[in-house]
Amino acid sequence: MTDVINSLGILLFATLAYGTPLIYASLGSCFSEISGVVNIGIEGMMTAGAFTGTVTAYFTGSPWIGFLCGGLAGMLFGALHALATVRLGADQTIAGTAINMLGPGLVIMIARVLFNSTDTIPLTPEQRMPRLLTGVFDTGTTFGRFMDNVFSTYASTYLVFLAVIIVWFVFYKTRFGLRMRACGEHPEACETLGINVLKTRFLCVCMSGFLAGLGGACVTMAISNQFRPISIVGQGFIAIAAVIFGKFRPHGALVGCLLFGFCSGLKTVLGGSSGIDTQLISMIPYVVTVLVLILFVGKSRVPSASGKPFIKAR
Amino acid sequence: MKKKRSVIEIISSVRFIHILLAIILGFAVGALFLAVMGVSVGDAYGKLLDSVTTVKGISYVIVYATPYILTGLSVAFSFKTGVFNIGAEGQFVVGSMAAAVTGILLKDLPKPALIPLCFLAAMAAGALWGIIVGTLKTKWGINEVLAMIMFNWIAFYLSNYIAGLPGIKNTGTAEATQTISENARTLLSKQTIADLGLAPTANWGILVALIAMILVWFIIEKTTLGYELKAVGSNRFAAEYGGIGVNRSILTALAISGALAGLGGSLQVMGMGSRISIFSAQEGFGFGGIVVALIGCSNPFGALAAGLFYGALTYGGSKLNLVGAPTQLISVIVGTVVFFIAISVIFERLGGGIRARRNAVAREDKEKREAAKKPPLEEAKEPPAEAAGSGGAPEEEGKEGEAK
Repeated sequence: MTDVINSLGILLFATLAYGTPLIYASLGSCFSEISGVVNIGIEGMMTAGAFTGTVTAYFTGSPWIGFLCGGLAGMLFGALHALATVRLGADQTIAGTAINMLGPGLVIMIARVLFNSTDTIPLTPEQRMPRLLTGVFDTGTTFGRFMDNVFSTYASTYLVFLAVIIVWFVFYKTRFGLRMRACGEHPEACETLGINVLKTRFLCVCMSGFLAGLGGACVTMAISNQFRPISIVGQGFIAIAAVIFGKFRPHGALVGCLLFGFCSGLKTVLGGSSGIDTQLISMIPYVVTVLVLILFVGKSRVPSASGKPFIKAR
Repeated sequence: MKKKRSVIEIISSVRFIHILLAIILGFAVGALFLAVMGVSVGDAYGKLLDSVTTVKGISYVIVYATPYILTGLSVAFSFKTGVFNIGAEGQFVVGSMAAAVTGILLKDLPKPALIPLCFLAAMAAGALWGIIVGTLKTKWGINEVLAMIMFNWIAFYLSNYIAGLPGIKNTGTAEATQTISENARTLLSKQTIADLGLAPTANWGILVALIAMILVWFIIEKTTLGYELKAVGSNRFAAEYGGIGVNRSILTALAISGALAGLGGSLQVMGMGSRISIFSAQEGFGFGGIVVALIGCSNPFGALAAGLFYGALTYGGSKLNLVGAPTQLISVIVGTVVFFIAISVIFERLGGGIRARRNAVAREDKEKREAAKKPPLEEAKEPPAEAAGSGGAPEEEGKEGEAK
């Protein structure tokens, strides 16, 4: 029994640890998609954030400045994507692909200049994302250890749940949210009502980059303690998948990310003990996602104007 | 009457010039970064050029380019049919694994039997991967981009799993499969390689890529199937109304697309690779294919040119370390090129605007001249009014005028 509770605690810890960066990134993806801009460049923005976050934390010594700068670096690439897709009417898939090449290429080049290596120097515990509620629970008891595993987690994880609530509120309870959703459905109608479609979309794509950057920073500042070229391998695409899974709603994407995190956690817990091949266990999150889609979720409706550049009439 | 075309107009209307401009700008941005890093631009670009212009270099470029040409064709084909094949990565991986397994298990077969068998196995595996995603889409309405991302990773881990199976796994210490049978390799003869001074992995896979390219062009441009697929790609509702089975078309398109990527995988392992390693991250042949398709304007011949360009950069980039420039410079250059290709639509719109204005002026002139020729009858006033009313489509009006 003790073993089971212990495993469960570790499983939940891993779920949150894996899930957090995905949730940030998928919130970002939501922002962009719902305003009608496909952002396939999330991966590149996450890489930019992951690198910038670690490097700033390393040089300033403050994880929070690092975290913020990670977001801002993502935002920079978000602005680049917005410039191309919103202002210049570029094809969104092509521009996003460009971002996915530019982001990693640039940061690894900078890493080589700064550290003479493709990896950054590992952060000290003070420079890493702090863990909250450490030492609050008595780890001597089974229950205490379980609570410690689950709740004594990184500050960024607590923040992300706050972020989901804020984003949900902005999307569904504010005027701006209504406007951005309208921009994703029928930009021409918005324009006739005096909503500035270009400005709204530009803001949303920048915001998307910011959140993706925060997600990237979580990977290198919380889960691991340094940036390496393989820090971000596919998390951006998984986040996009989670958004489609969650039918383009922030709370839906949250469920998708947590499901994915849970399956990845399962991989960690099962990995050593069971006799199953690790490669097959690693497949679980992807197979489960497909199965859940078939069984429970089904068709997800893409915002109607998604992917179409809006060209303002003169 | 032949119309004079301004320089801006020519630039704006020729797609090839956009690509060329984007490439020049890509290298300019790369040079900027090199300068900031304090690396000599001449040294770096000189090295890049030197490494791909020798006979050996060219053979390396072709070897590097072959798989990218195939994944590029795969993505280009999918773009033509209205699906975004982000799953070329997974199709490539299962294709290369299918070819490798065939090449290992049936190692005693003679060359003329084994090589086609490997190709077929790879194409079947790639097509299967495409069809699975297609079925998820047509049967359960699951977004194909999402499904493809998942199946890329499933393919990745499946390949790693198979590579570790007894009978397939290398008997030595290497974390990889056994080397595939000599009879499954597409390498040129040792004699040829030595005589011409080619790369040691020089192979005739590029010929397969050329045949695939011509086939893709033929299917898209010359067959009913291609017509139907394009129709579904440009407007699926209209196509359905016209009696085309949309679901069947999507499945066919993904199967062909997958087979192309799978074939690319087999060419890689039968030519350059010789075995498949247990990887820790995706290799990116499929994502490279997206870039190749974009630079090649989703055109089969464009995919060939762009594939060679990408191959040259990948190979040349691996030599950049020798002059102290980072290999990642290549990602930055290619990323910039793709970015500028993305925003090149601005040229088209600029050109469209100029054309529209010029056509409007020409129309006014014509009206004035006609009005001057004819005595001012009441009826003569009507056509100008009509022309002014249909100003919404000035480009088409202009084309009509040219035709006359």
